[in-house]
Amino acid sequence: MTETFYDVLRRQGITRRSFLKFCSLTATSLGLGSAAAPRIAHALETKPRTPVLWLHGLECTCCSESFIRSAHPLTKDVVLSMLSLDYDDTLMAAAGHQAEAILEEVKKKYKGQYIVAVEGNPPLNEDGMFCIQGGRPFVEKLKETCADAKAIISWGSCASYGCVQAAKPNPTRATPVHKVITGKPIINVPGCPPIAEVMTGVVTYMLTFDRIPELDRQGRPKMFYGQRIHDKCYRRGHFDAGQFAEAWDDEGARKGYCLYKMGCKGPTTYNACSSMRWNGGVSWPVQSGHGCIGCSEDGFWDKGSFYDRVTQIKQFGVESNADQIGGTVAAVTGAAIAAHAAVTALARARNKNATNGE
Amino acid sequence: MLSQQDMLEAERHGKQVRSIYVYEAPVRLWHWVNALAMVVLAVTGYLIGLPPASVPGEAAEHFLLGYIRFAHFTAGYVFAIGLLARVYWALVGNHHARQIFMLPITNKAWWSEVLFELRWYLFLEKHPKKYVGHNPMAQLMMFFFFTVLAFGMVITGFALYSEGAGLGTWSDRLFGWVLPALGGSMQTHSWHRLGMWIMMSFVLVHVYAAIREDIMSRQSLISTMVSGWRMFKD
Repeated sequence: MTETFYDVLRRQGITRRSFLKFCSLTATSLGLGSAAAPRIAHALETKPRTPVLWLHGLECTCCSESFIRSAHPLTKDVVLSMLSLDYDDTLMAAAGHQAEAILEEVKKKYKGQYIVAVEGNPPLNEDGMFCIQGGRPFVEKLKETCADAKAIISWGSCASYGCVQAAKPNPTRATPVHKVITGKPIINVPGCPPIAEVMTGVVTYMLTFDRIPELDRQGRPKMFYGQRIHDKCYRRGHFDAGQFAEAWDDEGARKGYCLYKMGCKGPTTYNACSSMRWNGGVSWPVQSGHGCIGCSEDGFWDKGSFYDRVTQIKQFGVESNADQIGGTVAAVTGAAIAAHAAVTALARARNKNATNGE
Repeated sequence: MLSQQDMLEAERHGKQVRSIYVYEAPVRLWHWVNALAMVVLAVTGYLIGLPPASVPGEAAEHFLLGYIRFAHFTAGYVFAIGLLARVYWALVGNHHARQIFMLPITNKAWWSEVLFELRWYLFLEKHPKKYVGHNPMAQLMMFFFFTVLAFGMVITGFALYSEGAGLGTWSDRLFGWVLPALGGSMQTHSWHRLGMWIMMSFVLVHVYAAIREDIMSRQSLISTMVSGWRMFKD
């Protein structure tokens, strides 16, 4: 049996007296009245911590690397106290058959109660042969594990959108999780990797309120992906004023002007980097002088250069942007008009001469 | 259907009267307000994608791109509301007001008129025909390169506007779906910009054709959009 929250609190040296005080205080602060205190205590005493199975498909483990660096809350609190991380290829001590047996056990014991966190995605070409785990394709493992899950978290751009392995021409047909698993609530947490605090924040929210956070049209938690990088960027003042860096070493770059003209994807990228920052709030890409590359956007590898603003439109098969295509259309139209006008004038003059001659 | 009616009208009236009332006041007003909005939109839109050189001094002293964006959004609202008002007038106005919103594609005579106009513009016809409203070729161009494109620009435009306005605003509720549907914010920006270029190319053709026909086909076009009356010169 997995530990309850009460067990964990007791293990960390909190007395029963303090625990009951905490329950009364919580009931009071929530305005629930004295009768609610024993109910809260009861819930914490009996509610098992939610088991989480963390799977790894085609990915680089950068999501895990980010996750273990979370400062608020600390990853150790999330992993050791808040949830019960029962399976994670890269973090767990168990190996081999022993490790794989846990998957089966959790599936049976907590049917419909556990959360599956997926890092990376399944490749579907060649029957999924491009990602083999424990001797069989990852896509099978993913489908089986998700079948009895309560909810699924898609970590990172790989699981949410496909990321680099799904970039054109996508030889392994790497496919986002939500296109393989249907009929389950799926939370997309894109980013390459996502911000550590965003990851632990999503987990904390789900454990605290026992429901998934509010999602936007693309299945992303609104609280972290509701605004663009640009909307909260500390360089936004320079954008509005019309002050831009035009080269990586010019006066504007040194003065910390907006990186819009250097191809910053902040205005087209939804993420919390500009408000939460990275590494415990130390810095983030734009603060270090490089534009956002839009890593939390769908197919960001296939959206033209990271270093220009008016960028390529791939649908035309050639590498040209809206200005090149549109400018050509306008120029050709203008030239055609000039030619047409010239012919018209000529024809008219000839006509007049003919009329005069009669 | 419409064009046949127009044709008959033109031929009948062309002989009997010197002028005929075509464009009602709301259509004329819309035309010029819309034209102005389009100029503002194209110029400011171009500058939003490729901003002018940096302004010197402290950021707090300037709001250049802010004003450019403000002008763009304001003109965008004028353009969109104007388009809606124009749709309303198509419903309640005279039959010329409906021309740019629907094509009589099932009418064979209309298609032969299109062909005739094409031959006229290719210098294969010696004498132009007279029309009360738009000529069929112009109607075809207007429908695709103005009406359809204008709605496309309004939809992508307000989808992009919703990004700044925020989740849950009216533009997000109505047009927010466009962003993922077109493959993301960046793609939507690119299509919106390409739309601007196509619209501007249409403006070139439109202005040229209006001036040319005004001279060549011996009927008024430009003054018609001012006074509403089409004059026939012979």
